[in-house]
Amino acid sequence: MDVLASQLFTGLSIGSILLLIALGLSLTFGQMGVINMAHGEFIMAGSYTAFVVQQVISSAGVSLFVSLIVGFCVGGVMGVVLEATLLKRMYHRPLDTLLVTFGVGLILQQVARDIFGAPAVNVATPEFLRGNIEVLGVVLTKSRLFILILAIVCVAILAAALKYTSMGRRIRAVVQNRDLAEVSGISSRRTDITTFFIGSGLAGVAGVALTLIGSTSPTIGQSYIVDAFLVVIAGGLGQIRGAVIAAFALGVLHAVIEYSTTASIAKVLVFVAIIIFLQVRPQGLVSVKTRSLA
Amino acid sequence: MLFVVAPAVLSDFRLNLLGKFLCFAIVAVGIGLAWGRGGMLTLGQGVFFGLGAYMMAMHMKLADAEIRSGAGALPDFMQLGGQRDLPGFWLPFTSPFATLLMIMTIPPLLALLLGMGIFKRRVKGAYFAILSQALAAAFAILLISQQNTLGGSNGISYFRTWFGFTLNDPVNKQMLYFIAAGTLLVVMLITRQLMNSRYGELLVAVRDQEERVRFLGYDPANIKLVAYVVAALWASIAGALFVPIVGIITPQDVGVLASIAFIIGVAIGGRTTLLGPVLGAIAVAWAQTTLSEQFPSAWTYAQGALFVLVVGFLPGGIASLFLLRRRKKQKEGIS
Amino acid sequence: MRLSRRMVAAPTALVAIGLLLTACGSRAGDEAAASAESCVDTSGDTIKVGSLNSLSGTMAISEVTVRDSIRLAVEEINADGGVLGKQIQVVGEDGASDPATFAEKAEKLIRQDCVAAVFGGWTSASRKAMLPVFEDNNSLLYYPVQYEGLEASPNIFYSGATTNQQIVPALDYLKEQGTESLYLVGSDYVFPRTANSVIKAYAEANDIEILGEDYTPLGSTDFSTIVNKVRTAGADAVFNTLNGDSNVAFFREYSNAGLTAEAMPVVSVSIAEEEVGGIGVQNIEGQLTAWNYYQTVDTPENQAFVAAYKERYGDNKPTSDPMEAAYTSVYLWKETVEQAESFDVADVQAAAGGVSFAAPEGTVTINGDNNHITKTSRIGVINGDGLIDTVWESDGPIDPDPYLESYDWADGLSGN
Repeated sequence: MDVLASQLFTGLSIGSILLLIALGLSLTFGQMGVINMAHGEFIMAGSYTAFVVQQVISSAGVSLFVSLIVGFCVGGVMGVVLEATLLKRMYHRPLDTLLVTFGVGLILQQVARDIFGAPAVNVATPEFLRGNIEVLGVVLTKSRLFILILAIVCVAILAAALKYTSMGRRIRAVVQNRDLAEVSGISSRRTDITTFFIGSGLAGVAGVALTLIGSTSPTIGQSYIVDAFLVVIAGGLGQIRGAVIAAFALGVLHAVIEYSTTASIAKVLVFVAIIIFLQVRPQGLVSVKTRSLA
Repeated sequence: MLFVVAPAVLSDFRLNLLGKFLCFAIVAVGIGLAWGRGGMLTLGQGVFFGLGAYMMAMHMKLADAEIRSGAGALPDFMQLGGQRDLPGFWLPFTSPFATLLMIMTIPPLLALLLGMGIFKRRVKGAYFAILSQALAAAFAILLISQQNTLGGSNGISYFRTWFGFTLNDPVNKQMLYFIAAGTLLVVMLITRQLMNSRYGELLVAVRDQEERVRFLGYDPANIKLVAYVVAALWASIAGALFVPIVGIITPQDVGVLASIAFIIGVAIGGRTTLLGPVLGAIAVAWAQTTLSEQFPSAWTYAQGALFVLVVGFLPGGIASLFLLRRRKKQKEGIS
Repeated sequence: MRLSRRMVAAPTALVAIGLLLTACGSRAGDEAAASAESCVDTSGDTIKVGSLNSLSGTMAISEVTVRDSIRLAVEEINADGGVLGKQIQVVGEDGASDPATFAEKAEKLIRQDCVAAVFGGWTSASRKAMLPVFEDNNSLLYYPVQYEGLEASPNIFYSGATTNQQIVPALDYLKEQGTESLYLVGSDYVFPRTANSVIKAYAEANDIEILGEDYTPLGSTDFSTIVNKVRTAGADAVFNTLNGDSNVAFFREYSNAGLTAEAMPVVSVSIAEEEVGGIGVQNIEGQLTAWNYYQTVDTPENQAFVAAYKERYGDNKPTSDPMEAAYTSVYLWKETVEQAESFDVADVQAAAGGVSFAAPEGTVTINGDNNHITKTSRIGVINGDGLIDTVWESDGPIDPDPYLESYDWADGLSGN
């Protein structure tokens, strides 16, 4: 029984990590149709931000919260720079953005390697996030619990911002119909930049969170990016609700399959499950009804 | 032709290297058709390349085992892994004819199946690209986990013969090069016919305006399928040639990074042309080999920068520069 | 239309030429065509050797340190007068963490640069890829990393440990400590799988229970499921064959789940000094490792090696087992060449058996039968400074036995 419960927690934990990563992607992919492969490298930038902040602020607890904010800004600024220099000229070529951002990702990885060295660096976990708490015989590690809460908080803030602020309304308008929004006097340029800042910032936050459980190395982003895109696809373009459900569903599915088989088989089966799922719902879990043909 | 002069001027080692590049060029022709003409960015060509390569490798391994220790012997890596019997799916590969047949049919069939699932359900371009990439990732992971039956991350290597010809004979190596060059030319020829036919025009039409083609009464899914299947076939053939030329196939050569590396040559050469992808693929592979000899980390920068510059600023690739000039000349000629 | 006609004609011509050449090529079973003549140039004051390591890609982390060690050894030898009076010239190449590239570059080093020997390689995949190249061209490779055994090629000298010099002593040590059950965790590739099959055979013969066996894809970063399994299994110890970054995630998860070195020690065979920093000392302090060399080994040769390495590459750079093995391999080549008084491959092969060298890990001797070397086995415990202290060491250098022929319980492991 507690095996099932602890695997459920593991699944939710994997899901929360996927969600943190996919959230930003879902925004940028959904609104602009930009496939940002460098998203993974923004995550890496977040991780290294946590490392650098920790060199300055020695208290691991304080530096974690400072890094979350700084990481958001670092990711956000990198995203805006990428958007303003390269992506804005190629919105009508979404497939090409994939390749261009892949190239950017390669360069960023090598930059990280040249600055920080190829071996992983160590970001210390704050004392209060070490160890675990036991609930009904299930061991919940504190760092994973923290990431789960962080993911939920990020989703809540994002959802509230989209729903209640004027900036959020503008973003939703552009997602639904770019031309119509522009005709209604919304500056799609400004909205695009805002979206990119938030989306990439979330990658930075994810990167900081990942230092709690994994290694901080130049290739950290690569290991997550493909999974994150699958979440976005399964969830439905630009739909936060879809991304949340998809992330947790995939996480739990992965945890359950892995427990009964092996990690390799789990990865393959999850992928197969997504392909089959898309046969049933090619538009993803949640989709916006529009009149557009494409 | 360049390909015929090469053997005379290059050392055996360089010639073999060129043979490897030609394999990449064959893949590139297929990508040029699917992506350049059909608008399908396939980031998973490594899967088809790998299928072809592994099937060829399995046959060569079985043939070697037979020469070494008599009929029914197991390949060396299986013995080391403690495998006692030949796994069932290896059995058909004892026959050279069946192997060739499967190399020509299984990858295209897989492409057909996948394509039906994706195109018929009208999954959009970006989705297709990401799914094909995930497919490459899953394929590589699957191969790695098959340590005893497919060599795992070590892949399959250590071949002595290819259809009965010893591989370390320089003359046979030259022959392999000629076969690769000949295959490339045949592949280009067929692709050229496809591109210039009515079908080729439909394919471009689907790329540019899928809905209009649908309204004209064609099913865009079928049109895309053909290009995707042909691209898969070319990749498979290239993989099958890659193994005897290079002497090894590992999951690394078929995964996400390898698959995306196929794209870059196509993009640089000019994705919509026939010759562009070929020359691009050869040039990129050559640049990688020579550059990484001198500056290993610089190659990563160069690769990244090429993606950004070519795709971002010169989407037509180098070929578009020539086309521009030719058009200019034509204009001058008319005036 | 002129273009198209030419394109039809060309392939036909090519196929014809190809068929023509086929007639001259040798068939299987014929006397192998004379393999390429060695082009090593021994007439000048210098002799070329190759250094082939991944300088880019995922393996660069580890392999760059091996390259640095090879360079250090070469510089020392050159300063000391070289080999047979010739200065060594190193031709460096990048294997790019890709086995096929290793094969290609090995061929380039042998055929194009005409090197007398090549030092390098790390992963089993890279070694397996290079093996046929060295055999076909009859050249020499010095491979410096512990590996899964079950191999012996006349063209490869193995200066890292084989299983009976690393894994078997670790098991002996665990058994001595009263371990009755084990859980096996490893990355999904050949070394962990082979190592674990050795462990399972050993366990069966020695009444140790194997409670579980798990593999994760290389670079995998989620270990919550596996740690859950390990925790509920309640084994006496964990045998860890994970590679690279996966160790970071594994040990963080492990210590967060409340598992400690006292309650359930982890024995790792792929974590060396340079990886400890990335994992974080607090997550791994007190855990065990099994190697043949640690930076703290107390021999005069090692003190000199550590001092020279830090002098050359910086004070914060630790030395580790594969680095020491790479350094040693260059000296072993030098000693063998001087014994043979020749750079010729056949002469070196003939002279190799019995050649010994006072290495930082203690004296090592080449076994002429399998081209491996004798090595002292050491169990270490990771201390608070990120270095590893020896807690147990074998009585003397252990003879290499790559096929585990001298162990009854290992019958049938090699498939023969």
